[in-house]
Amino acid sequence: MSGSPSPDALVVGAGIVGAACAWELARAGVRVSVLEAGLPGGGATAAGMGHVVVLDDNEPEFRLAKLSHELWSALAPELPAGAEFTRPGTLWVAADGEELDAAARRAAAYDSRGVAAELLDARQLAEAEPELRDGLAGGLLVRDDAVVYPPCVVPWLLDGARRAGAQVDAGRRVAAIEGRAVRCADGGRREAAWVVLATGAWAPELVPGLPVRRRKGHLVVTDRYPGFVRHQLVELGYLKSAHGTGSESVAFNVQPRPSGQLLVGSSRQLGVDDDAIDHRLLSRMLRRALEYLPGLARRHALRAWTGFRAATPDGQPLIGPWPGHDGLLLATGHEGLGITTAFGTAWLVADMVLGRPSPLPREPYLPARLAGSAP
Amino acid sequence: MSARVTLSVDGRAVAVAAGASVAAAIEAAGVAVFRHSVTGTARAPLCGMGICQECRVTIDGEPHRLACQTACAEGMRVETAAAGGSRGVGR
Repeated sequence: MSGSPSPDALVVGAGIVGAACAWELARAGVRVSVLEAGLPGGGATAAGMGHVVVLDDNEPEFRLAKLSHELWSALAPELPAGAEFTRPGTLWVAADGEELDAAARRAAAYDSRGVAAELLDARQLAEAEPELRDGLAGGLLVRDDAVVYPPCVVPWLLDGARRAGAQVDAGRRVAAIEGRAVRCADGGRREAAWVVLATGAWAPELVPGLPVRRRKGHLVVTDRYPGFVRHQLVELGYLKSAHGTGSESVAFNVQPRPSGQLLVGSSRQLGVDDDAIDHRLLSRMLRRALEYLPGLARRHALRAWTGFRAATPDGQPLIGPWPGHDGLLLATGHEGLGITTAFGTAWLVADMVLGRPSPLPREPYLPARLAGSAP
Repeated sequence: MSARVTLSVDGRAVAVAAGASVAAAIEAAGVAVFRHSVTGTARAPLCGMGICQECRVTIDGEPHRLACQTACAEGMRVETAAAGGSRGVGR
């Protein structure tokens, strides 16, 4: 790239990942255009919980999540009030001795890598969260995990990108990617050195054959019950649900919003394209939550909705070039971690566009690892 | 004469006809503001039929109960905005 004029980039999709990419690229001096078919931040970004969580199920996941958590933390003081960035911490709940043993191993692993984590016994767990049922074994508290309201972060990122010279077109649908150009549904055509595809679970519509599937989730929001729950509560079995390959699973996952409202999840479903509420699965999900928080039965749910995670066969995101498509950089496949890892993803994408080295190994996320695998 | 039940509204005893709604008991107690909205504005029943959610109060420690859809019971404890039951603070 040296000696050539500064590159330009088209970012397709303005969810949290696309918006973060546009923001990072524009601030690095890249001429950026963002093309979003609908409302910025209106897809999976608005459907998810907004849990900024340093997951540690495997090394690549941990590295990207930790880097991204640091970037979120650095930005926190600048975020608008509506972003509601707070740090309730994540409390992983152990139902039995086996899960508590796993929690102890994770506590040690977090600690050795600079993430504040502590093991709670049954009594400490009950003190930390009195509404949890009796008889639980303990928990793992990851203190600095955060929650955020992502739909308010996206416009802020896009404003920042605009101030750095980016152009943002909301309501402009990209119909096709044609080499180093895109053709819009309204007939317009845009060219750029790089096309960054950040349309989440819809990425295969523009690049057929991409190994990304829609993994549907349900969430419920309640009325305001300040203090009912103090940390983001997740059952330790969540990772089995999140990383499992089964067609359907539920896991206890409850988040206290700064308003006092509770977000109640979670469900995972592959092979369902219809966004309607699945009442059978919704009640299975809520029954799971009641097994941990019996008092939830006396709380008012206000609304339930669904969204689609972008799932990959190996659970790692797709960040980087896709073989056979010059100029294309993928930024999708984040499954349930897109809010957490948006900034790390944007950093890697900017490094690739600018030819810079990256602060962590890129290989685990490079899409080429999955070239040839069935979607 | 019909049976009556006695309950407390913000700590004051109120006797109403059996079967009366909590909203009616709150009115009978002379309380005008049932709760405050998130931004602090006064709220009271609007629809009276369980749709508008404006009449929410704390009943027996449970926040966000619909006063217009709940029948009074002997010994019930009702808290409105005046008692801090407005924003459903904890339990």
